[in-house]
Amino acid sequence: MNTAAHPLGGDRTAPRTLGMWVFIASELLFFGALLAAYLAGRLHWPHGFGAASRHTHVVLGTLNTAVLLTSSALVALAVACARHHAHRRWTARLLWGTASLGLVFLAIKGGEYAMEWREHLFPGPAFALREPGAQLFFMLYFFMTGLHAVHLVCGIAAVAVFARAIGARRAWADAERLDAVALYWHFVDVVWIFLYPFLYLVERHA
Amino acid sequence: MNDTDARLSATFRLLQQSASSIADRTDLLFTGMLLLTGAIALAICATIVVFCIRYRQGARVERGLVGRKLGLEVGWTLVPLALFIGLFVWAGHDFVRLYQAPEDALPVYVVAKQWMWKLQHRNGRREINELHVPLGQPVRLVMSSQDAIHSFYVPAFRLKQDVLPGRFTGLWFTPTQLGEFHLFCAEYCGTEHSRMIGRVVVMTPADYARWLASGPQEPSLAQYGFALFRQLGCSGCHAAGSTVHAPSLAGLLGRQVHLQDGRTVVADENYVRDSILLPRKDVVAGFAPVMPSFAGQVSEEDIQALVAYLRAGAAP
Amino acid sequence: MSYLDDGHTLRSWLTSTDHKRIAILYSIAITAFFFVGGAAATLIRLELATPAGDLVSHTTYNKLFTAHGIIMVWLFLIPSIPAVLGNFLVPLMIGARDLAYPRLNLLSWYVYCAGGLVILVALALGGVDTGWTFYTPYSTMFSNSWVTVTLTGVFIVGFSSILTGLNFIVTVHRERAPGLGWFRLPLLVWALYATSVMLVLATPVLAMTTLLVIAERLMQIGVFDPAHGGDPLLFQHLFWFYSHPAVYIMVLPAMGVVSEIVPCFARQRIFGYRFMAYAILGIASIGFLVWGHHMFVSGQSVAASLVFSLLSFLVAIPSGIKVFNWTATLYKGSIRFDAPMLYALGFVGLFTIGGLTGLFLASLSLDVHLTDTYFVVSHFHYIMVGGAVMTYFGGLHFWWPKATGRMYPETWGRIAAVLVFLGFNFTFFPQYILGVQGMPRRYHTYPPEFQVLHLLSSAGAVVLALGYLLPLFYFAWSLRHGRVAGPNPFEAKGLEWHTPSPPPTHNFDTPPQPPERVYDYDPTQPRGTPA
Ligand code: HEA
Ligand code: HEA
Ligand code: HEC
Ligand code: CUA
Ligand SMILES: [Cu+2]
Repeated sequence: MNTAAHPLGGDRTAPRTLGMWVFIASELLFFGALLAAYLAGRLHWPHGFGAASRHTHVVLGTLNTAVLLTSSALVALAVACARHHAHRRWTARLLWGTASLGLVFLAIKGGEYAMEWREHLFPGPAFALREPGAQLFFMLYFFMTGLHAVHLVCGIAAVAVFARAIGARRAWADAERLDAVALYWHFVDVVWIFLYPFLYLVERHA
Repeated sequence: MNDTDARLSATFRLLQQSASSIADRTDLLFTGMLLLTGAIALAICATIVVFCIRYRQGARVERGLVGRKLGLEVGWTLVPLALFIGLFVWAGHDFVRLYQAPEDALPVYVVAKQWMWKLQHRNGRREINELHVPLGQPVRLVMSSQDAIHSFYVPAFRLKQDVLPGRFTGLWFTPTQLGEFHLFCAEYCGTEHSRMIGRVVVMTPADYARWLASGPQEPSLAQYGFALFRQLGCSGCHAAGSTVHAPSLAGLLGRQVHLQDGRTVVADENYVRDSILLPRKDVVAGFAPVMPSFAGQVSEEDIQALVAYLRAGAAP
Repeated sequence: MSYLDDGHTLRSWLTSTDHKRIAILYSIAITAFFFVGGAAATLIRLELATPAGDLVSHTTYNKLFTAHGIIMVWLFLIPSIPAVLGNFLVPLMIGARDLAYPRLNLLSWYVYCAGGLVILVALALGGVDTGWTFYTPYSTMFSNSWVTVTLTGVFIVGFSSILTGLNFIVTVHRERAPGLGWFRLPLLVWALYATSVMLVLATPVLAMTTLLVIAERLMQIGVFDPAHGGDPLLFQHLFWFYSHPAVYIMVLPAMGVVSEIVPCFARQRIFGYRFMAYAILGIASIGFLVWGHHMFVSGQSVAASLVFSLLSFLVAIPSGIKVFNWTATLYKGSIRFDAPMLYALGFVGLFTIGGLTGLFLASLSLDVHLTDTYFVVSHFHYIMVGGAVMTYFGGLHFWWPKATGRMYPETWGRIAAVLVFLGFNFTFFPQYILGVQGMPRRYHTYPPEFQVLHLLSSAGAVVLALGYLLPLFYFAWSLRHGRVAGPNPFEAKGLEWHTPSPPPTHNFDTPPQPPERVYDYDPTQPRGTPA
């Protein structure tokens, strides 16, 4: 942050996005712990997990996957435009598009949660499924998708702030910072790409 | 009684008396490591002291820069490596033996709960916080917990095993000395963890037989298990003439079982437990998964009795 | 103008993004927690002086060692060297103006304080009785204490660790002075770098594990409790996946500090610099793969135990390299025994003993006997107290003149160091013997035959406490009355000594020129000759 006015120079060989990469590495382990719990649960309760995963809404999940992938494409385009002087003004628009797709994702996810609530799939005394392990599956399901949603909210906020700043021609909203934001967005997307098969697809074939 | 007290409060002794067949091996390893690491620690400390005195500021010695000494560096990487592999193999070898109980070991069933040990012998004799065993006879404990994790620890035997809720763990030993020994709970399990103690009494086989017969006459564990087997309706499906297509349980423990999903497992105590509580987990090949779960209907002791009954081999 | 004079209001401290000021903020908070944890230890030792439970009740005793462990590990030792000495020194040692993200640095202090406060609130409400390891299902289903609140605090503190780690990693990569290559970095920077990687990668797992425990407690869902279909061993795997790396998080920085002090007072280049650097990386990476050695009797499979045992032996090899190299650094040097050097030499000895007893625990069949006895308690106190805490104190003395501009009183410094060393051995050596004889840990009452050794241990703790209290007084005294130190009172070689003491807010008046080689000492030159 203070690097621009560094009085001593310095060994600036490392990329500016390094901080974001380190952050993402750390984030991976957050999801990694949950994933470990998930895998342990699945080994222990193959039937319960299978049965429970058949109650997730695969159509909505797939739709959401498409939405997020599209948003990632938009953010990548925004980065590309920011690098080319001629297309600069597109950057802000693409970013707004990205953020809106993020919101669409959240809306769909919210709808899914609402349906699951009505189907008594929230862990607790009124839980609908009897198979042992099914509750654990849904607890992890809500944990993982919830954590992912929190990340997405942060991502939407960051992208929106950036889109505004670029629109207002703020100096700090430069291409390098945008790189970091885009990196974060891709990361949130990739996490979903992992969650999607684990939570929605695993036992569909059976 | 008095001389036991004297023994319990025995004065200083580094290694407590060793009273099981494996204790001597553990002690040997301990002594070996103590000598090895002691020598290394002493050598390092002595070197530091010698250098500190010799090269203290103001002493008249030859000083100078010390360059790279690759040989030395590689040496003190590889020599410890070799020593470590040796230690690992030694300790690992002894460890693996701890899990190979002899066939003829006397089973004793142990239930741990906050904060007591409940033990039951094959003939049904029960005891609390005490374990009587015959000298020279391998004993195998089949243990599970009713609540938190506990740990069965007999320092004189150099043995310890965590006792878990929801599954069986095992421990075996052959007592080699008469006397009474501490039994501790070694895994923290709540308020009175430090009161969850007792003693192991090693008796001559004759005394043991007398002791075993002296208690109140209760049905043996397997008999109780058989009663349960009928009462809970297991026999309705598993008995020979049953109309339900269910596998025969005769000689089940130790047998290989082929499962529906293609796996093959060896039926042990935990397998039986899971079959009773979670029948859907491992379905036997060729059978419909119609067995109901008995979770909530059977206590830890009931499961142990059913296991004892199935182990006795008389099952249908 | 020195960083200390750059504003005297409380506000100027609490809003400062200067890494040096943040280091001071950390040091104050950490010292407070050390004494809270120490008070708990004092009560533990008092209670254990007799076999009966005559001082406190069972529940109180259990809450005491839990609070002691939690505070000492998460609120004291993990942040100690990184957040205090590291914060102060990393930018100075690499010739930078500040850390890469100064505001994040301040934030991490606030996060740390917030987490610490939550834990204190839990203590004030009545405390927790699960042990610092929070084993399930006890912690999720049976404990009637403030588990959720405490875990929330631990969760929050974790984020401060992650932020500090992230900041250090980026700083070391990006802010090094021109021409300061990796193999010219002081080993303390290497050690903190490796520590940071571990912080960033291990802490998230702890954070998620605490959340799962909280969820299981509140919602009665079985993740870890078998009665609800969970697996208690899963908790142990997740917990140790964090907590084993955490023990190296605690010791690597200490090793770094020792690597600064020993060459300085031996006037000798560190022996085998490159091996030392690689050893740090080796410990940090293998350290991630040995967590199962805490679970040899837990019921995990024999095969897994064998693998974890072998890896535990392997992780000891780089530690051995370090011990041998420090010893070799003394050879042909010109050694002076100032207080920091006494602490550092104490570290080498005590760490060796603690580490070697770690090998006993890594030996499978022996661990069956020794696990969950006082042998383990003694093992980790030798490394964490005899090793890391001693070195933290050594580092405080070594850089005290740099941070404050004043010398601590040397004689008192040496007396305290010797007291700590003696008191420490007195306290914890008897515990090894207790453990071998079979005394289980976390025991409020115990069979009478163990009393002699327990009594010895309690007596030693008094000496140890004195040794820890002394510096508090003479450090405070020296702030006003200590001799003015000058930029480099120990004639040390690091870049941090190239600037006045205390350093100016912007660290260096002129860009520092990194020396040709690191640790450029020469034992043949008498002290006091200008370089
Ligand atoms: C800073 C903290 C720290 C450090 C650095 C270590 C370092 C090591 N630890 Fe320790 N340990 C703890 C803190 C630490 N430990 C804590 C807190 C616990 C208990 C937690 C709890 O249950 O509450 C614990 C518990 C613990 C256990 C589990 C015990 C049990 O509960 O059953 C084991 C088992 O393997 C173990 C092993 C080791 C080993 C092999 C090392 C090695 O890294 C040590 C390496 C160093 C050396 C070996 C010395 C120098 C080497 C030489 C001089 C080489 C030459 C030697 C030869 C050739 C023999 N530790
Ligand atoms: C960094 C970590 C660290 C540090 C520095 C210490 C420091 C000390 N520890 Fe601790 N200890 C642990 C980490 C640490 N410990 C952990 C992780 C556990 C395991 C917990 C568990 O099982 O869950 C443990 C457990 C533990 C036990 C075992 C309890 C049991 O199993 O029943 C004991 C017993 O002797 C002990 C003693 C001490 C002593 C005497 C000190 C001394 O070094 C402390 C000396 C400091 C002082 C004494 C402070 C001076 C202050 C004063 C004198 C003011 C006093 C004020 C009043 C009394 C009002 N510790
Ligand atoms: C409704 C019928 C029924 C009842 C009642 C029943 N079982 Fe079963 N059991 C089965 C069937 C069918 C199988 C094979 C399919 C499977 O593994 O689930 C089986 C399998 C088993 C197995 C595994 C057998 C093997 O060969 O691997 C065990 C052990 C077992 N049952 C024990 C019991 C016990 C103990 C009880 C009573 C507490 C009991 N069963 C009650 C029907 C029943
Ligand atoms: Cu049971 Cu400790
Ligand atoms: Cu460990």
